[in-house]
Amino acid sequence: MSLVTTLARIEAAATGRAQPVATVRHRHLAERPLVLVPLTTAGEAGAPLGAMVGTDRDAPRLLVVPQPRDRTLRFAFLAELADAVLPHLESAQDEVELVERSETDPETGRKAKVEVELCADAPQLVVPSAAGVDHVRLLGRSMRFRRTAEEDPEAAHPAPPRLPLLGRWLTHYGERARVPGSSLLLAVTEVLGRHWATGQSRLEDQHLGALLAWITAGDGESGAEAALRAELARDRDGLLLTPPAGPATDPAFDNRRLAPAVARYDAGLPGAEAEIRELVASQLRPTWDAVWQGLDLLRALPPGAHVADRWKRDRWSYTAHRDRVRAGEPPQPRRDDAVTAARKLAARETAQAELAAQEALDDPLVMAERRMAGEAFEGEVIEVEMAYSSGKRPMPRPLVTVRTADRPHLEGGERLHRALESGKPQPGTFAGSPAPGLLTVRLTGGMGRGREPEAGSVPEKGETVCWTLFEHAPRGGPDLPDPEETPWTHGGPPDPDALDAPDPVTPEDLL
Amino acid sequence: MSGTPAGAPAGTASLDGTEARAGTEARAGTEARSGAGSGTGAAPDPGAAAAAATGAILRDVLSGAHRGVVVDSPPGAGKTTLVVSAARELAAAGRPLMIVAQTNAQVDDLVDRLATAEPELPVGRLHSSEAQPYSPVLDRHPSVVKSSKAADLAGLDVVVSTAAKWAHVRGAGPWEQAIVDEAYQMRSDALLSVAGLFERALFVGDPGQLDPFSQVGAEQWAGLSYDPSASAVATLLAHNPGLPVHRLPVSWRLPASAAPLVSRAFYPYTPFRSGTGPGERRLEFTVPSDGSRVDRVLDEAAGSGWGLLELPARHTPRTDPEAVAAVAAVVRRLLERGGEAFGERSGEPSPVTAERIAVGTAHRDQAAAVRAALASLGVTDVAVDTANRLQGREFDVTVVLHPLSGRPDATAFHLETGRLCVLASRHRHACVVVCRAGVPELLDEYPSAEPVQLGVTVKFPDGWEANHAVLAHLAEHTVPW
Repeated sequence: MSLVTTLARIEAAATGRAQPVATVRHRHLAERPLVLVPLTTAGEAGAPLGAMVGTDRDAPRLLVVPQPRDRTLRFAFLAELADAVLPHLESAQDEVELVERSETDPETGRKAKVEVELCADAPQLVVPSAAGVDHVRLLGRSMRFRRTAEEDPEAAHPAPPRLPLLGRWLTHYGERARVPGSSLLLAVTEVLGRHWATGQSRLEDQHLGALLAWITAGDGESGAEAALRAELARDRDGLLLTPPAGPATDPAFDNRRLAPAVARYDAGLPGAEAEIRELVASQLRPTWDAVWQGLDLLRALPPGAHVADRWKRDRWSYTAHRDRVRAGEPPQPRRDDAVTAARKLAARETAQAELAAQEALDDPLVMAERRMAGEAFEGEVIEVEMAYSSGKRPMPRPLVTVRTADRPHLEGGERLHRALESGKPQPGTFAGSPAPGLLTVRLTGGMGRGREPEAGSVPEKGETVCWTLFEHAPRGGPDLPDPEETPWTHGGPPDPDALDAPDPVTPEDLL
Repeated sequence: MSGTPAGAPAGTASLDGTEARAGTEARAGTEARSGAGSGTGAAPDPGAAAAAATGAILRDVLSGAHRGVVVDSPPGAGKTTLVVSAARELAAAGRPLMIVAQTNAQVDDLVDRLATAEPELPVGRLHSSEAQPYSPVLDRHPSVVKSSKAADLAGLDVVVSTAAKWAHVRGAGPWEQAIVDEAYQMRSDALLSVAGLFERALFVGDPGQLDPFSQVGAEQWAGLSYDPSASAVATLLAHNPGLPVHRLPVSWRLPASAAPLVSRAFYPYTPFRSGTGPGERRLEFTVPSDGSRVDRVLDEAAGSGWGLLELPARHTPRTDPEAVAAVAAVVRRLLERGGEAFGERSGEPSPVTAERIAVGTAHRDQAAAVRAALASLGVTDVAVDTANRLQGREFDVTVVLHPLSGRPDATAFHLETGRLCVLASRHRHACVVVCRAGVPELLDEYPSAEPVQLGVTVKFPDGWEANHAVLAHLAEHTVPW
């Protein structure tokens, strides 16, 4: 935890109110996100109990499984979920813009410009918490390999027609959510936690009700008290006033209310199904409202300057998945092969570095964190001395001296970066510290090709500049071999059958 | 859980030194077939034991019977020497060789050592296209060819570069043989991007040092044999379980006072011994003690090899000002008192100058704080760095700011076995640890509670165990602040 975050948490604990740790919103929020609040059955992995889903906060669609152990009802629930979610996920497929992209021609090996489609927008999915994201992945995994009657007429239990497709989309969204800074699938607790520091632990922040209590704590009651109430307060019947944000349910609710109602349903009593619907709705509705409240809080923040760039990556991701589905490709494999896993990890590390840099550039409070950590410094330019590189064509290499109270970790020769007005990064190297509190940077680029630097590319005396030790647009890793060329150290090329084969039976399987 | 190595019987090392892996890592489902040879006592001459091990390794590499050969090396066991001699032998046998190291400093060091050992050997240094891509030391060797393009170096007996640079090489090779240095610090995905360049390889590394890490979560691949965030050796052996795994049995760096502790705490199933016996290395001061706590801990460390300067228990920020000041005071006093190191290399003492001292920390901001404190005392040229960056380096005396000092919690990062192992195994003579009191209690309050991942190799010992072992030993050499 950085010093700034630690301080914000201490202040939050002392004042009883969450403190902002960001001045802008660092994630994209769609105008019309689809909110999904899932509930699962206790003790039965992957058995949905119900869900509240929709794009209109006043008109959520309630889906309920009256007997979660009944697989037919489960399928019916998933079919209904597909009916509620798929139209939204598919809604942005056809509105596209044409973008030029350079691609390598597989035959000639040359790079050529090609025009490709990029979806103009991408549908956003919002769940209450990180556990909700996991649940989306679980739903995706449980559905994408199902076979419909059309695909496999012999199947004993064919899945409803659109169910495998929903599984593939949810898998894609769940996988995309692992990319730092992505916004296709958001967990409200995570995004709120990025923008506010509370006086409780990070673990406690995963409770949506408690987190909101800290952020919205008002007159008379401290965040700590409000959070405690959100976590523990129960009504006369012993039910939580703020039910958990799911997908797990409150055991007291399960035992006292749900179990008897399901028993009545099993016994075929009239009205039992309606009762279960009402019960499940009573657990879902507070979370549903809390999610929208969280979105309101986030919407009040202006978006960071780089948020749209990152959202464009999400749109690319969405478009790529659309293309794979349209091309009739099979569902995502159970496990990544060695090359795919390495590629994903490399892409996420690049995304993480880029996110960290962009958040700092977009937000002075985040940059303050990096400055405190010695990874950046800001100050007033007090001297600019023109200098040139030696060589056949001397290039401008001006020396800029900055007065700063920051104490960056510099020893000499480090590369530095700053953002120009245009948003492009300008490189420099640390040239030394002429006196305490003074740092000199030699500009090494971003000044055009001429002998004289382009206007505005060299800071002027009196200007405030901010140099970072981290790159603004980190490069990705090296190319990896194609999966068919996986080397012997990594088991050779993957055998597609082995990837999908069931796990081998080991002695430990038979107790 | 299968694969618990604790019960593996202590066998004897086979004569040629090849052993089944008894590893600091026990692989699930793989029987640890033999314990290490009893590290002390069995062979009277450490030189002979080391030579036998090296001979067996070179035989295995030159025979070409296996696509891969793995060598586990404890700290200071002559890993680089092994790489240099293997490179020379392979070159002599006419087998084109590429060497993969992890950092530019390691590459430059290796090239320098190679060219010094055999000035006639045509060595290529493949480097990046940045300014100052390699150490100017290399310009002293006429036989070393430097280029940023692999094609320029084609035909040279040995080409050396970093894994990151090799990963961008296309259309060259494949090389018949590769040596991968610091293979335990290399990530599996880095190996994936270079493994297409060579037919067979010798993997050398220290399994007890810091594991490679990833800035982003990689749990989704945990348990897969090719988990991209795992170490290169873990992936290699998971896919090629029959490869021979050798072990270097003698640490030439660690003194007799340190090798048993480091071996016991960090390499419990593959013990090693020190190359020097008790009393062969001595540390003395020309200026006598002034009786202060700093001087007392220095005397304790000089006499026993270890000293713990224990500050009162307190929860502090990472850059604990008192602990930082204490570290700086120890370093300054060490220089002021004119340390003299007596060793096996010569009868004359060598002065313990600033270059022979290092300060090790867990975090970069701690290192920066110590550097600032030393600068304000007028002390320069002392290496102050994090465990990650001190890996592979050697000093006479080290001063360590304990990773858990002043912390309210014990996270996986601070408990990591490799971190403490690196910090506790950089010295030839003595190590002074600066720490707040209360770490054993902290450890007991935070037993390791990382989630168990199926199929993941369980590493032994865990950080909790290793930290306790080291603290128990340090407790005997404590000087309270």
